[in-house]
Amino acid sequence: MKQSVFFGALTGAVLVGGIAGAATLDDVKARGKLNCGVTTGLVGFAAPDANGNWEGFDVAVCRAVAAAVLGDPNAVEFVPTTGKTRFTALASGEIDMLARNTTWTFSRDTDLKFDFVGINYYDGQGFIVPKALGVTSAKDLDGATVCIQTGTTTELNLADYFRANNISYEPVPIETNAEGQQQYLAGACDAYTTDASGLAATRATFETPSDHVILPEIISKEPLGPLVRHGDNDWGDIVMWTLNALIAAEEYGVTSANVEELSAAAGDNPEVNRLLGTEDNLGAMIGLDATWAKDAIAAGGNYGEIFEKNIGESTPIGLARGLNAQWTEGGLLYAPPFR
Amino acid sequence: MTTLSDPTQESFRLSMLLNDTRYRSITFQAIALILLVAAIWYLMSNLFANLEEQGLNISYSFLGSTAGYDINQTLIPYSSQSTNLRAAFVGVLNTLLVAVLACVMATIFGVIAGVLRLSNNWLVRKLMAVYVEIFRNIPVLIWILIIYFIMTAAMPAPSAFRGDEPAASMILGSFAFTNRGVYIPSPVLEPGWMIVVATFVASIIGIVAYRRYSTKLLYDTGRLLPRFWPSVAIFFIPTLLVFFLMGRPISLDYPALAGFNFRGGLQIGAPLIALWFALSIYTGAFIAENVRAGIQAVSRGQSEAAAALGLRPGRIMNLVVLPQALRVIIPPLISQYLNITKNSSLAILVGYADITATLGGITLNQTGRAIECVLLLMLFYLTISLIISLILNVYNSAVRLRER
Repeated sequence: MKQSVFFGALTGAVLVGGIAGAATLDDVKARGKLNCGVTTGLVGFAAPDANGNWEGFDVAVCRAVAAAVLGDPNAVEFVPTTGKTRFTALASGEIDMLARNTTWTFSRDTDLKFDFVGINYYDGQGFIVPKALGVTSAKDLDGATVCIQTGTTTELNLADYFRANNISYEPVPIETNAEGQQQYLAGACDAYTTDASGLAATRATFETPSDHVILPEIISKEPLGPLVRHGDNDWGDIVMWTLNALIAAEEYGVTSANVEELSAAAGDNPEVNRLLGTEDNLGAMIGLDATWAKDAIAAGGNYGEIFEKNIGESTPIGLARGLNAQWTEGGLLYAPPFR
Repeated sequence: MTTLSDPTQESFRLSMLLNDTRYRSITFQAIALILLVAAIWYLMSNLFANLEEQGLNISYSFLGSTAGYDINQTLIPYSSQSTNLRAAFVGVLNTLLVAVLACVMATIFGVIAGVLRLSNNWLVRKLMAVYVEIFRNIPVLIWILIIYFIMTAAMPAPSAFRGDEPAASMILGSFAFTNRGVYIPSPVLEPGWMIVVATFVASIIGIVAYRRYSTKLLYDTGRLLPRFWPSVAIFFIPTLLVFFLMGRPISLDYPALAGFNFRGGLQIGAPLIALWFALSIYTGAFIAENVRAGIQAVSRGQSEAAAALGLRPGRIMNLVVLPQALRVIIPPLISQYLNITKNSSLAILVGYADITATLGGITLNQTGRAIECVLLLMLFYLTISLIISLILNVYNSAVRLRER
């Protein structure tokens, strides 16, 4: 009897707030705030600044969606999530969307009942090692102790990679990036592995970043993107097209500087006109204002601006565009047409 | 004088359920039971309705699928190609390992500190009071972290052992203390090792038998045989003799630096040490208080009487006070052991792969089966706790005062 009380209490606890209304858009509008799940702190992607304002690459996506839906890029409640808590937070309705460098995988999309709405960063898993170790390739890591963030795809990739190359390693599972950094710097592990972008962000916070090298091997595909609950396709469309609007804006040369001017009146480029709502009303088709994309772009700029400001080569993180350049520049970013 | 007559059979009326004290308690118990069942039914149906709404179901088939991740400490063969069930089993064994180690160590710490808290020496007494107060008033989670961080920061990394002029060196050439764990020599068993071990066990039995015989001889004839040296002889000589006769079938494998880490020998990982030590020293402080309470519960007359019989203080403690104190100590000791087992679930903090870290951590994350995993975890901890309670209750009834 006692046991079943226990189980009942557990199920109750699990399901508090479990009933997330199907119409997320209505909920967000009624609340006047977007609940957006982010990391607990990864410089460049999502981290609070000295004044407690969240900023970063993933944060910018949240702000763009808030601007598109509510017209205010600051109407966002950022909910820090760990690798372990993120999916529960989204499934239970605690957050409306998750923008937390989360890898798009088959089972997450299907079995876990989420919908990935796009890719905002094409990443891959890499390794960082101290330069003094003299390691130049991940294949030299036979017998090494490797720190990994638990509850991520990196854990599985790591096991696969070492098995495929028939070399051994000893995993040290850690909970957060900060903890991994501390363990790595203390020498409790020889190498630290996570997404290459995360490694660059982490290395930027080291005292002497030049003492550490990121190995050339990228052992997995990590398409990172925002995701929403499966089943509310209207809401999924909004997040998807907001992201696409940011990517398309870069392609068409719409920036935070000229967006006001371009949206004041219809211009020569019909694609830009449709995007900014000066021709046709695409916003109405997804239940938003005609100026939704303009607001989203005005929030933090187009994709390229967001990239340069947060993680680009001029920042301490110093990531090159690489795969994340527009398709016209040899990258993979390719927004479907706005019509 | 006593004339018993059957009470008149009253006809039962519905109002008697409330008004009659004979029925009232049953009525209320029945109502409480119905409410409880209804509440559980509501929660469960709520759970299933919501799961269905989200298109999820309760299924344990994930236990049979490939785990896909590696574990750093495995007591049974395990690879990333093993199933989730096996990963959970690895976690169960790791939990039990650290729980047993910590229970033993905490008991040792607790008994020593508890006895010393009653010492006549002011300094010792106060030192033990400081130990107890500091350790039991800071959460165990913090202790685990502190000890782990001290270990990783203060001990040298394996790379410090490298080179011609290494910054660190192995103790006695066979023990290496690194920030990833302690490496000690491990036994290598070759054919014939069973005979050596069997001889060793037989000589231990021989020692016990010899001591029984000498006691019996003492009581029967008053003749006192020497006990210490013959015991030592029986302990060493036959085993060593067989060991060399069999051509040394048991040898030691020494850890040696190879590549990034030490290879060979036995590795006791830093997470295990930190968790083990933190749990024992924390719970030891509680046990010390139980022991002190138990000792103080034995009336002074007992030890005074023993002293009057000419027993030395050490023997008074061992033969008179502690056996009686045990009756007071054991019941709270049960709950301390349960605490250790349950607190071991904090293992993930330092990357120790216990059941919470494997089944409730990585498996839960990778499969997304949160409810199933948590239910299994609860079932596991409940079972283990009940078993510990059972064992100690049996022991408790064995040492309790037999009233005749």
